[in-house]
Amino acid sequence: MTDSEGSRGTARGTTVGLAVGVEDEAELLRFSTAGSVDDGKSTLIGRLLYDTKTAFEDQVRHVEDVSRRRGDERVNLALLTDGLRAEREQGITIDVAYRYFATRRRKFIIADTPGHVQYTRNMVTGASTASLSIILVDARQGLVEQSRRHAFIASLLRIPHLVFAVNKMDLVDWSEARFLEIENEFRNFAARLDVQDISFIPVSALTGANVVERSREMPWYHGPTLLYHLETVHIASDRNLIDVRFPVQRVIRPESSEYPDYRGYAGQVAGGVLRPGDEVVVLPSGLPTTVTRIEQLGEDLDAAFSPMSVTVHLADDLDVSRGDMLCRPNNQPVVGQDLDAMICWMAERPLSAKSRYAIKHTTRWGRAVVTDLLYRLDVNTGHRDEASGELKLNDLGRIRLRTTAPLLYDPYRRNRITGSFILVDEATNGTVGAGMLLPPE
Amino acid sequence: MTTIRSYRRSHLRVLEDEAVHILRELAAERERPCLLFSGGKDSIVLLRLAEKAFRPARFPFPLMHIDTGHNFPETMEYRDRRIAELGERLIIASVQDSIDKGRVTEETGPRASRNRLQTTTLLDAIEEHQFDAAIGGARRDEERARAKERIFSHRDEFGQWDPKNQRPELWSLYNGRIRRGEHLRVFPLSNWTELDVWQYIAIEDIPLPSIYFAHRRDVFERDGMLYAANPFVKLLPGERIQNQIVRFRTIGDMTCTGAVASDARSLEAVIAEVAAARVTERGATRADDRFTEAAMEDRKREGYF
Ligand SMILES: Nc1nc2c(ncn2[C@@H]2O[C@H](COP(=O)(O)OP(=O)(O)O)[C@@H](O)[C@H]2O)c(=O)[nH]1
Repeated sequence: MTDSEGSRGTARGTTVGLAVGVEDEAELLRFSTAGSVDDGKSTLIGRLLYDTKTAFEDQVRHVEDVSRRRGDERVNLALLTDGLRAEREQGITIDVAYRYFATRRRKFIIADTPGHVQYTRNMVTGASTASLSIILVDARQGLVEQSRRHAFIASLLRIPHLVFAVNKMDLVDWSEARFLEIENEFRNFAARLDVQDISFIPVSALTGANVVERSREMPWYHGPTLLYHLETVHIASDRNLIDVRFPVQRVIRPESSEYPDYRGYAGQVAGGVLRPGDEVVVLPSGLPTTVTRIEQLGEDLDAAFSPMSVTVHLADDLDVSRGDMLCRPNNQPVVGQDLDAMICWMAERPLSAKSRYAIKHTTRWGRAVVTDLLYRLDVNTGHRDEASGELKLNDLGRIRLRTTAPLLYDPYRRNRITGSFILVDEATNGTVGAGMLLPPE
Repeated sequence: MTTIRSYRRSHLRVLEDEAVHILRELAAERERPCLLFSGGKDSIVLLRLAEKAFRPARFPFPLMHIDTGHNFPETMEYRDRRIAELGERLIIASVQDSIDKGRVTEETGPRASRNRLQTTTLLDAIEEHQFDAAIGGARRDEERARAKERIFSHRDEFGQWDPKNQRPELWSLYNGRIRRGEHLRVFPLSNWTELDVWQYIAIEDIPLPSIYFAHRRDVFERDGMLYAANPFVKLLPGERIQNQIVRFRTIGDMTCTGAVASDARSLEAVIAEVAAARVTERGATRADDRFTEAAMEDRKREGYF
């Protein structure tokens, strides 16, 4: 049990999650965190790093020295993650910060993003690679506009698991009634979102209650601690293991005396399970062939699935190149040049109809022109503003695009890898838009 | 034939998949990349990942070593043997040459080090060979200034890192487009921790320079740290050589890489020590990293890494 006295900067040796070493077989969980200023995000992350003992000693000692110098009564764990407020003060550009910790069961990558609407593009960036998002809620305020925005973005980015960390429970007398009230409020709101797995955990980042250790102060709560949930949430089926999608990244042809006719198609599996002997089709040509071998550095594998990087060998000597895609004959992606997509705008210069960009999708570059800006989305209310003629920095909206060459894609809700793209400004080379494809009309 | 029993995938293999994907993506997006090889464990892991990405073909880029001239002899021996085994091309960019050509001035004094001179040698070499991308083994986890570093990190024509030029990185879609004179720094190990690197070395059975393991050596103590006796540093009054059993957690110049007393002779023992130790490799044994985080931020701007 948490020794609330013990958490005055000396919460050493917590039993749970002492990461002496991560087991080789431990899985990897990437999660994003979102919260508005002062919700306690930095303290929560600092608590996770500190209590799982992977906050390295010199960084911890640094935090303890700073806290002591500032006369903080408790170790200010937020300093461990040099909280975004500190960054604002130092004028450092607000961005996505990646933090790492591990327990015996799992390795974790945190994409720590600021919650303010002004940083929506950073939240979308952090969410894009996350399979779980922790949304912080201040127990005193409950469902506020930001929490709706954070949940909406997580849903738009198709993050499979959402955790509402109802923080600062110590400031509402650890009240079960208050927690249930917040949970209900959110469940009604979340019903409209498209997220399967939502959980609510009452915590206090300050005292550590229910973060790593269970809390004595909230015996009415029988759910998992935040860390236990992060360690055990089922993530193996978050990927699409049904639709075989293998974007060719590189053709390996040594043409050496030792390997005169070796020809391998290298890439990272984006969907489905590919096996030697499988009949496949090469897109966009549509030519049929069979997989003869799947290997990694000469070691043959009997199956490959996302996110494995492998080299595939085919029976026929076809003209296959980077940007092509292998799939099963009876399960093919959409092949199309007229795209319908949700997009988050990430550049100072606004997007407007008729603007042209470079587009990158899986392993393919092309050019695209915006043929239609259907609406700008008010990310707080979900309202569609069809009158707006442009998308500004941090805006979300729905657009239509026409590309120079067809893309081989799936709707984003079906496959986050083959359903996503970026737009690049051809003058500045900057990445200006993050797109999520919708099913064709 | 390896049978895949379940669709679970260990974190080490997922990190490998991502790093291989990044290397292949860079090879497709840039014409003249190079891989910076320092002899340290991170760049040694990069060599194995490059084999996974490109074999049985040759690497689509040369290796480059920014040679300060103050390396451990064991590191040089390992470098030449390993690269000969791989049969890949090694370019050596020498800091001594930069000094001789007057491009940089040698630091003086007992705590002098050539660490900061490497930036000029590196940028000059990139210019000379017209490289448009340099692959490095830097990891975000090494210290706080790198938590926001990109995987494809943009450098302007002066080789400088400017926050406003850094692109948001979404999904696994990397934007490698640059203008003439600019280049990219690419960090396939961005998401790896020190422990991940060590565990990967273990499961892949990757040979390492001997000084990573406990061995008997002449050392001296300065500023609370142990250094290898070496021809580049004069002892201060009161300092004296002691013969001890030590090992090095990171590999850098003899002038500024601290040794740790240890009897870890096997990889398992080293991993146990790393897992238990809670001192970041940088904080523990890289003397010149005791500057503030701001110093690290500035050096990044200057193109140090
Ligand atoms: N009482 C209480 N205060 C907290 C809790 N979590 C964070 N705080 C305080 O709330 C303030 C903001 O915390 P911080 O982590 O910096 O918030 P951030 O802006 O979301 O990163 C700090 O003074 C924290 O000490 C909590 O669970 N209970």
